[in-house]
Amino acid sequence: MAKLSREDVLKLARLARISLTDEEVEKYAEELSAILQYVEQLSAVDVTGLEPTNQVTGLTNVMRKDEVIDYGYEPAKLLENVPAVQDSHLKVKRMLT
Amino acid sequence: MSEWKAIAEMAADVQSGRVTAAELVEQSLAAIKEHAEFNAIIATLADAARARAKVIDERVAKGEVIGRLAGVPFIAKDNFLVFGAETTAASNILKGFNAPYQATAIEKLEAEGAICVAKANLDAFAHGSSTENSDFFTTLNPHDKTRVPGGSSGGSAASVVLQLAPFALGSDTGGSIRLPASFTGCVGLKPTYGLVSRSGVVAMGSSLDCIGPLTNSVEDAALVLDSMAGRDPLDSTTIERDTEGYAIHEAVSIAGAKIGVIKEYMGEGLDSGVKARITAAIEVLKKAGAEISEVSLPSLPLGLAVYYVLTPAEVSSNLSRYDGQRYGHYTADAKDLHESYTRTRETGFGAEAKRRIMIGTYVLSSGYYDAYYKKAQTVRTKVIREFAEAFEHYDFLLGPTAPMTAFEIGANVDDPLQMYLTDIMTVAANLAGVPAISIPCGLSDNLPVGLQLFAAQKHDRQLLAIAAKAEEIIG
Repeated sequence: MAKLSREDVLKLARLARISLTDEEVEKYAEELSAILQYVEQLSAVDVTGLEPTNQVTGLTNVMRKDEVIDYGYEPAKLLENVPAVQDSHLKVKRMLT
Repeated sequence: MSEWKAIAEMAADVQSGRVTAAELVEQSLAAIKEHAEFNAIIATLADAARARAKVIDERVAKGEVIGRLAGVPFIAKDNFLVFGAETTAASNILKGFNAPYQATAIEKLEAEGAICVAKANLDAFAHGSSTENSDFFTTLNPHDKTRVPGGSSGGSAASVVLQLAPFALGSDTGGSIRLPASFTGCVGLKPTYGLVSRSGVVAMGSSLDCIGPLTNSVEDAALVLDSMAGRDPLDSTTIERDTEGYAIHEAVSIAGAKIGVIKEYMGEGLDSGVKARITAAIEVLKKAGAEISEVSLPSLPLGLAVYYVLTPAEVSSNLSRYDGQRYGHYTADAKDLHESYTRTRETGFGAEAKRRIMIGTYVLSSGYYDAYYKKAQTVRTKVIREFAEAFEHYDFLLGPTAPMTAFEIGANVDDPLQMYLTDIMTVAANLAGVPAISIPCGLSDNLPVGLQLFAAQKHDRQLLAIAAKAEEIIG
């Protein structure tokens, strides 16, 4: 039975790039364990001879021509939503500390 | 209660000049204002809607043909990208986001003359069954303000029932159109997977997400679907539309229709009031000549466990893009990029989004992938096979939409798993990609009950036709 520890939750949060408060870590350890315990009923299901389904309507590799389509988006318009811009580039915080 | 005519009739009135698009838009905006206390709406697009109405009325005056939805106002769930208002998906992380392009569904409705007047509330990122997970506010059930409207398209459903507009758009990943339709007493359609383009709709679980209408009648739902359905180069999962279209032109007979009542949905855990309404409806349909018998799909109860592996997995992937760098909430005083990500996501995501992201991260992580994700995808195949076998013997399947009526606000907020169980009868249609519709089926203790009908994939036209007949007979 999956029972997540504080360390497990902190690791998941780190992988998912989310900070958590101490209170949240406690709460999620409990809640996530309960959810995982519920879905573990699947482990008992006999699926002999069955393949996993990734696409339900049977489509595979829908191809299109590799060509530029002009949707008329103005770069300036697209940049309006960007929180930090410098000289028409996205500005991000330093990566190495 | 309906203050709007049938959509086809309203559009004909606008086209002939009996009523103007401007009048319909004003009626809708006035209703939105009047019912603001229900918290169905996140934002109105009053200026944009009035401008569009003016253009449509001018074109009518010039004798131009507008379209099958000429001047008809509608409300979009706030996870659809629409010009003229922010698109937030009811999340703090997307606050301030103005879409640079529109959803294909919106473009197609506008091409037929429809006018988007407002954006409806939802559980943030469509994660939930009650709208209580909205980062902004909870929508109240029009029948009882102490109860939830269902979710995640709860604002859309409440909008239709409060008559704020003739129809609303929702998205349905595990029941998010049908459940609120059931809880509020309107019609909610989840089409075949891929029938309506999802381009420009905030993604949740991409192997499950569907778009559909919430309406006052099945006839209206059919017309709206007909206006949106079909291939879209911007969404490679879309499928061809039915050559005969989806609009309902004449009544079909229900006599001789083979309908299977899903045994697993009628047993343990079903509220006795809901069961009584569904059983009564089955009797009425039998009297009208439908050939109804019980059918067992033994793996359906596993559907919820499959869903709550696949959805978080897909959610964790789809929500990784919200990092505060390109749009939305941003942490200006972070010392480096990593802190900028983690603090943006800490404050921008609500509890349920975080929960799903972490579960998804867990089930996809190396060492657990086979045991959870791959196993769930394989059990999904089992569910699909059982549907396929059932549809060899039956034209349609039937059951309740939800095991209960609308619950009280706050009843399930401290127990996420209990909240998930609300979806137990709706998730299977998403897993199998089949179309399903919830239609009103009377009241239990003064709260609406929803009847759910299913058809095989790509049988949306047949499903709508029989649902229209069932709606008429059940009344």
